[in-house]
Amino acid sequence: MNRFMAWTAIILGCIYFILPMTGMVEFSLSMRRGVYSLDAYRVVLADPVFQATFSYSVIMALFTIAFGVLLVVPTAYWVQLKMPEIRPVVEFITLLPLVIPAIVVVFGYIRLYNTSSWLPLTGSVTGTNILLMFGYATLALPYMYRAVDTGLRSIDVATLTEAAQSLGAGWLRIMATLILPNVLGAVLSGAFLTFAIVIGEFTMAALLDRPAFGPYMQLLGANRAYEPAALAVIAFAITWACMGLIHMVSRLSKHKRVSH
Amino acid sequence: MAGYTGLQARALRWVGLVPFLAFTGLFLILPTLYIVVGAFRTPDGSFTFDNIVGLNTASIRSAYWVSLKISFLSALLGCSIGFAMATAMTLGGVSKRVKGPLLTFSGVASNFAGVPLAFAFIATIGPAGLITMYLRTEFGINLRMYGWNLLSSWGLIITYLFFQIPLMILIITPALEGLKREWREAADILGATRLQYWRMVALPILFPSILGTMALLFANAFGAVATAIALTGPSLNIAPILLYAQIRGDVLGSPNLGYALAFGMIVITGAANTLYIVLRLRAERWLK
Repeated sequence: MNRFMAWTAIILGCIYFILPMTGMVEFSLSMRRGVYSLDAYRVVLADPVFQATFSYSVIMALFTIAFGVLLVVPTAYWVQLKMPEIRPVVEFITLLPLVIPAIVVVFGYIRLYNTSSWLPLTGSVTGTNILLMFGYATLALPYMYRAVDTGLRSIDVATLTEAAQSLGAGWLRIMATLILPNVLGAVLSGAFLTFAIVIGEFTMAALLDRPAFGPYMQLLGANRAYEPAALAVIAFAITWACMGLIHMVSRLSKHKRVSH
Repeated sequence: MAGYTGLQARALRWVGLVPFLAFTGLFLILPTLYIVVGAFRTPDGSFTFDNIVGLNTASIRSAYWVSLKISFLSALLGCSIGFAMATAMTLGGVSKRVKGPLLTFSGVASNFAGVPLAFAFIATIGPAGLITMYLRTEFGINLRMYGWNLLSSWGLIITYLFFQIPLMILIITPALEGLKREWREAADILGATRLQYWRMVALPILFPSILGTMALLFANAFGAVATAIALTGPSLNIAPILLYAQIRGDVLGSPNLGYALAFGMIVITGAANTLYIVLRLRAERWLK
């Protein structure tokens, strides 16, 4: 009886999850009347606006990842090495983006960094792009910091640093050849999650008026029938790929640690 | 190093934190504070409660109310269904092969929110969706006649469950696995029934985790802008959509009222998240 109920819960749950997936895939294949075809995908992929917005978001994601790594790895390292007593404060700050809705943060950006302010970032295209990248970096901060901090905790930072210093290494060298390779798995996990977040992000990009993939999807959704479903399938595949890569990375870095 | 005084050395230790503090200060804390302060200011800069009081109009009240309702119901349902699935998976005697894939899928689905998620549901139970059409052509059931509309509160709730349930599964599974076998055996020896064990041992231990996760799911749903906009457009009057419209075009006709609206959202998600953190700390006491 009990096992029967357990199976019922699992199966009903799975049906709930499978139906929208099926609907999405079926819809994306139904552009041509009567037969299944890849027309919707063909139309979407050939759309120059799709290509432009998608590559814009990919580039933004890569910049966000680079910026995030440069910000988070040295900070987490420094906190671990020099100021462990301040960790709760830093951790609290990194969790704030989960508390403050993204729409509020970007609202603040628009008012604080407009053309008449002391730092008129929204006045130029480059400035707005940088502002959006910073916004994405705050969104990714909780995940990135946690991943890197956990990675750093599993190695003996103090001893490694002293060893490197006594061999004459400077800070830059320590970061690049010692710390970063040691937390590479954690950094990659954070990077893939950042990618998954940034690629489809809507609110910040739309409110800052940047031609990103998220606002493009929303616009297409309001005007077309089959193409949005194809976009949803593509977005789902990207999310799935990012999560798969995270799994792979964590498995690989575990193997490495055991064999040491 | 001999030249440094203690004070200098202490100041030097802060150097490594400067980039982080500068970045989070300028692009996370200051923008938020600007909104919070703006909520308590008149357009010419003096202190006032008028903006907060001004939130008390029929349309804003209803926007918050519908948002609270949607967030609460999607959190409650997400928690219940997620808990049922996680319990079935860990303790229910279901094949061990279910667990790995379900957890992986939960990781993906909890991150699959926003615009594409709305598309998936439109393609499934929207006006021309898979299920809608199937029921109409095969059984002659017109869902619309029964009052079903995806672009409604319940439409949003059902859509939000797609990321709420997996999030619950991800968070509660470690807690369920932390239930010690000895507690169960001790209860058995003392003659407890299955129901008594759950009511008096397992649930009290899990309760902070469950309630905490519910608070997290609540905040999660409350701040979801993209899914709501992609699903309903500007038509549904809920707090995040109203704020979005306000930022785009000052629909409330007062910038400071906009700040107050945003401030209200911070208060609600802030309270829910604080509850989550507090309860999580409580839960960790037992599950070590």
